[in-house]
Amino acid sequence: MRKAVLYILVLISGVLFTARLFYLQVFDGASDSLDKNNAIKIMYDYPQRGYMFDRNNKLLVSNQPSYDVMVIPKDVKPLDTLEFCRLLKITNEEFKEILRKARVYSPRLPSVVVPQLNKADYASLSEKMHKYEGFYIQRRSLREYQVDHSANVMGYIAEVNNAIIQKNPYYQMGELIGTAGVEKEYEDVLRGEKGVKYIQKDRFNRDIGPYKDGIYDTLPTRGKDIQLTIDATLQKYGQELMINKRGGIVAIEPATGEILALITAPSYDPALLVGRDRSRNFTKLWYDTIAKPLYDRVLMGEYPPGSPFKALTALIALEEQAISESEIVNCQGGYHFGRRVLRCHHRGPVSMVSSIANSCNTYFCTVYKSTMDKYPNPQEGIDHWRAHLSSFGLGDFLGYDLPSGKRGNIPTSTYYNRIHQYPQHRWSSLATISNSIGQGEVLLTPIQMANFTAVIANRGFYYTPHIIKNIIGPDTIPGKFKEKHYSTVSAEHFEPVVEGMHQVYERGTAASIRIPGIEICGKTGTAENYTRINGKRMQLTDHSIFVAFAPKDDPKIAIAVFVENGYWGSRWAGRIAGLMIEKYLKGEITRTDMEKFVLNGSLEAEYAKPYSGQPFTINR
Amino acid sequence: MGATKTHLRFDWLIIFIYIALVSMGWVNIYSASLSDSAQGYLDFTQIYGKQMMWIGLSLVLIIFILAIESKFYENYASVIYIASLLSLVGLFVFGRTIAGTTAWYDFGGFSIQPSEFTKAATALALAKYVSDIQTNMEELKHQISAFIILALPVVLIIMQPDPGSVLVYAAFVFPLYREGLHGVYLLLGLFATVIFVSTLAFGVIWAAIAIVLLAGILYYKNRRKRPKILKYVFIVTACIGFAFSVSYIFNNVFKQHHRDRFNIVLGKEVDTRGIGYNTNQSEIAISNGGWFGKGWTQGTQTKGNFVPEQHTDYIFSTVGEEWGFLGSMVVVLLFIGLITRIIYRSEKQKSQFGRVYGYSVAAIIFIHFFVNIGMVLGVFPTVGIPLPFFSYGGSALWGFTILLFIFVKLDAAN
Repeated sequence: MRKAVLYILVLISGVLFTARLFYLQVFDGASDSLDKNNAIKIMYDYPQRGYMFDRNNKLLVSNQPSYDVMVIPKDVKPLDTLEFCRLLKITNEEFKEILRKARVYSPRLPSVVVPQLNKADYASLSEKMHKYEGFYIQRRSLREYQVDHSANVMGYIAEVNNAIIQKNPYYQMGELIGTAGVEKEYEDVLRGEKGVKYIQKDRFNRDIGPYKDGIYDTLPTRGKDIQLTIDATLQKYGQELMINKRGGIVAIEPATGEILALITAPSYDPALLVGRDRSRNFTKLWYDTIAKPLYDRVLMGEYPPGSPFKALTALIALEEQAISESEIVNCQGGYHFGRRVLRCHHRGPVSMVSSIANSCNTYFCTVYKSTMDKYPNPQEGIDHWRAHLSSFGLGDFLGYDLPSGKRGNIPTSTYYNRIHQYPQHRWSSLATISNSIGQGEVLLTPIQMANFTAVIANRGFYYTPHIIKNIIGPDTIPGKFKEKHYSTVSAEHFEPVVEGMHQVYERGTAASIRIPGIEICGKTGTAENYTRINGKRMQLTDHSIFVAFAPKDDPKIAIAVFVENGYWGSRWAGRIAGLMIEKYLKGEITRTDMEKFVLNGSLEAEYAKPYSGQPFTINR
Repeated sequence: MGATKTHLRFDWLIIFIYIALVSMGWVNIYSASLSDSAQGYLDFTQIYGKQMMWIGLSLVLIIFILAIESKFYENYASVIYIASLLSLVGLFVFGRTIAGTTAWYDFGGFSIQPSEFTKAATALALAKYVSDIQTNMEELKHQISAFIILALPVVLIIMQPDPGSVLVYAAFVFPLYREGLHGVYLLLGLFATVIFVSTLAFGVIWAAIAIVLLAGILYYKNRRKRPKILKYVFIVTACIGFAFSVSYIFNNVFKQHHRDRFNIVLGKEVDTRGIGYNTNQSEIAISNGGWFGKGWTQGTQTKGNFVPEQHTDYIFSTVGEEWGFLGSMVVVLLFIGLITRIIYRSEKQKSQFGRVYGYSVAAIIFIHFFVNIGMVLGVFPTVGIPLPFFSYGGSALWGFTILLFIFVKLDAAN
C-alpha cells in the first residue's frame, strides 16, 4: 500500500485528464465553423446587384449606394445616447428597443440600427462614428429605379427575416433579398455572391490581420444583369391607360411566349419602396385593402372569362367533330333547356364565324352540349373537355417565371360529382352549360387568357409565357421557355375561329373600335360578378373583358385586357386592347378619340358604389 | 565507482522524456509568444529566444550536476538547504516585487526566483534527515523535526506571499508516508480537504449539520462495539471547528482574488467576462483543438492572446488548441511515464537517501502536473504554478532540471 499510493494517484489523474480532454476537445468542442469562433471576425463585402433592362435594352433599375448603421451589441461601450440618437434621428426609446432586439438576435453578430441613410445623413454621422464603439456604418447598394412603372414585374427587395435566415444560411441579419417579382424569381442571378473576409482578432478585439493569411477569404462576385421581355414604352402606356381603373393587361409575343407587357392597376411607383420611407410607404400600400395596389391582378386575379371563352368552346367542338364550321344554328333569342332559358341578345341563324362575331350564346350552348353528348356520360364529357383546355395552359399554374400566380379553375368531373352529390343525385351536361360561354365554374387569370389567345394566334401551340429575355453573361434563359407546347386541337380547326374573331372587328361587337391599317382578331367579353354587402349577395356592374391578337396572319402580339366593373367588353377593355396593339405595332396612335376616352375616363365612382352604403344601380 | 562507466547507468528513459518535454515546451512557447516583430528562432528580445537561452544553459547545468560526485549531495544536503533558506530570507531585503509578490532577485534584465530552487534543497534535506539511522518516522519527535524542515521554507514563501508555491510542499507527505508516516496523516489530509471544499461550496452551517449527521450514522452502525461517546464528540467538535476556521480564514484572511479563484472552480461564479475569464478562455482554446489541433502557430485563440499567461502557467492550452486531443494525450502520457519511472527507480535505490529523494522528486513533479493541468482544464482552482519543463521561465526550468538530474546522478551511482 505504501509503495502503491503515489502510482494510483498518478494513474487517477491521467484518467481524469484524458476524460476531461476528450470531453472538451472531441465530445463538446471542435466545431470547425469559423463563425462561432470568438477570435475571428467575419467581414462581408457586398457585390452590386444586377441591373434590369427591358427588351429594347432600356435600363429599368440600377443601384445607388446606401449606408446602414450597424451594431455588434457585445462591443457597445457606454455612450452619449442623446447625441447619438439625434444624429440617427430616432428617439431614445426607439434606440433602446433596437438595441434590446439586437442583443436578443445575437450579441456577437451585427444587427441593423438604422437602415438606408441618405448621403447627407451619412456625411454628418461618419465624422462622429469613431466615438461610438460597437457601432459602424455598412455600405450597401440599394435599388435605383429609372422608371415609375412595372413595380409588379420588377418586384422589390427587403431585409431578410428570421425565417429566411433559418432556412438559408447565406443570409445574415440586415441583408437584402428579393421578395417579390423578378427580384425574387431571379434572386440568385441578380444577387451575385458576397465576399467574406476572416479577420483574426486579439483579446482586445483589435484586428491583427487576415486569418490564415486569408486562404478562406473570398471575393465578391457581381450580380448578373438581366434583360426582361417587357417593352418599357408599352408598359408605361398601358399603365397610363389603366389610371383610375382596376384590372390589368397582359401582352404576349405569340411566336416566343415573351411577355411584352404585364400591367396591373392600381399600381405604385417602385421608388416608394426604397430608402428610409420604405416601411411607411409599404404599410400604406399593404393596408389599402380596397384598391390593393400590391395585389397583382393579372397573375393572382381569378375571373370568369366570359365570352372570349367561346372561342375555346368552338375549337373543342370542332376537334371533337361535334359540329362542322358550316353548320347553322337558329337562335331564338336564347338557349332553352328544361324550363330554363339562357338568354341571347340576338336572333337568327348563325354559323361558327358569325356566332363568334356576334357572340351568340345559343350557338355555343348548342355546340357545347353536342360535344358533351358525344360521350356516354357527362363525367367523361367534362374530363375530355378539361383535357383540351389543359393543353391551352388553363386550370393549372402556367409555369411562367414570376413568383406569384393562381391555377384558375377548370372544373373536373370529380368537382361536379361533389357539388351535385353524385351518385345520390345525377347530373347532366346541361348542369354545366354556363361553361360554354365562360361563366359558371370556369375561372381564369388574365395571363391565362392572354396565353390561350396566343395559342389561337399561333394556330395551335404556345411557349410558356416568360419575363426573362436574357441573363447577360451566360446569355441563356431556362430551357423550359424554349419548349413548344401543342394544343390538342389540330391546326386546321383554328382558321374558322380566327376568321370569326376577325369578323368581331369587321362587323361584330368590336366594329366601332377598329384600328385603321391593322387586321386585328379579337373577342369581347362581359362577365357578371357579385359581391357581398352586409352578408347580402349583390350584383355589381359587369367586368369588361377583351382578348385580341394582331396582325391576323402574322401575329406579333396577343393581349388580354380586364377592367373590373367596366360594363361591356368593347367599352373599356376593347378600346385599351386596340390602343395597346396600335402602340406596339405602329408606335403611334391614330384613334386619338379612343385614347382620349380611355385616358380621361374613370371608374372610381363605380368602385365607390358598394362602399357608399347607399342603394346603387349597376350596368349604366 | 569509475566515472567512465557511470554514464552508461544513467536512466536514459528519464533523460529522453526530459528532452522531449523541454523541446515540446519550447515549440509551444514559440507559438504562444510569437509576434510580428519576431526575427528568427534565436531572437533574444523575444520570450521564446530567452527560453532557448535558458534551455542551453540548462544543458551546461546538467553536465555540472552529473559530473559532481553523488556523495556530495548527501553530505552537503544541510548546507544546500540552509543556503536556500537564506536566499529566501534575502528576498525581504533585496527582492523585487511583481504584482504584490516579492519573489524575485533582479539581475539587470534577468530575474531569479529562489523558491524554485528551494524545492530541490528541501528534498535533499528531508532525504538526509529521514535516511539518518536514528530517525524513525513512526515517532512523533521525528515527525515534528521533519515537519519543521518543511515548514521553514513554507513560512518564508507564504510571507512573499505566494500561496501557489506553498501548495507544492504538500508533495512531501508522499515520501514521508512511504517511509513509515502513519496513514492517518494522509486520511486527515483527505478529510480536511473534503470539509474544506464542502464548507466553501455549501456554507459552514450545512457542513456542520452534515458532519453531525455522519457521525450519528457511524455511531449507530458501530453501537455493538460500544464506541466511546466522548471520542465521537471530540472528533465532531474538531471537524466543526475546522469548518468554522476555514470559513473564517476564507472570509477574513483570504484576499478577494483568492476567494474568486475558489468560487470559480466551485461553480459559484459564471461571469466569463470577469474573474472566470482565464479558465473560460483556456477551455475555449482547448476545445478549439478537436482531435488533431489547429496546427503549430495556427491556433486562433493562441494568436489572439485570448488566454492570459499562456506562455507560462497556461501553456497547456496552446498544446490543446494547436495539437488537439492527440497532442495533449502525448504530453499527459509523457508526464505519467516520467513520474512512474522516477517512482520505479526510487524503489530500486539501495540507499534510503536516494529513495526518499526520488520519491520527493516524483511527488513534486506530480503535484505541479496535477494542479497545473487541472487548472488549465478547469477542474481545479486557479493556482499559479508552472507546468514542469514546459512553462516559460528560467528559474522554474533550472529548478526542475536540478531537481531531476540530481536524482539521475544518484540513480546512476546506485
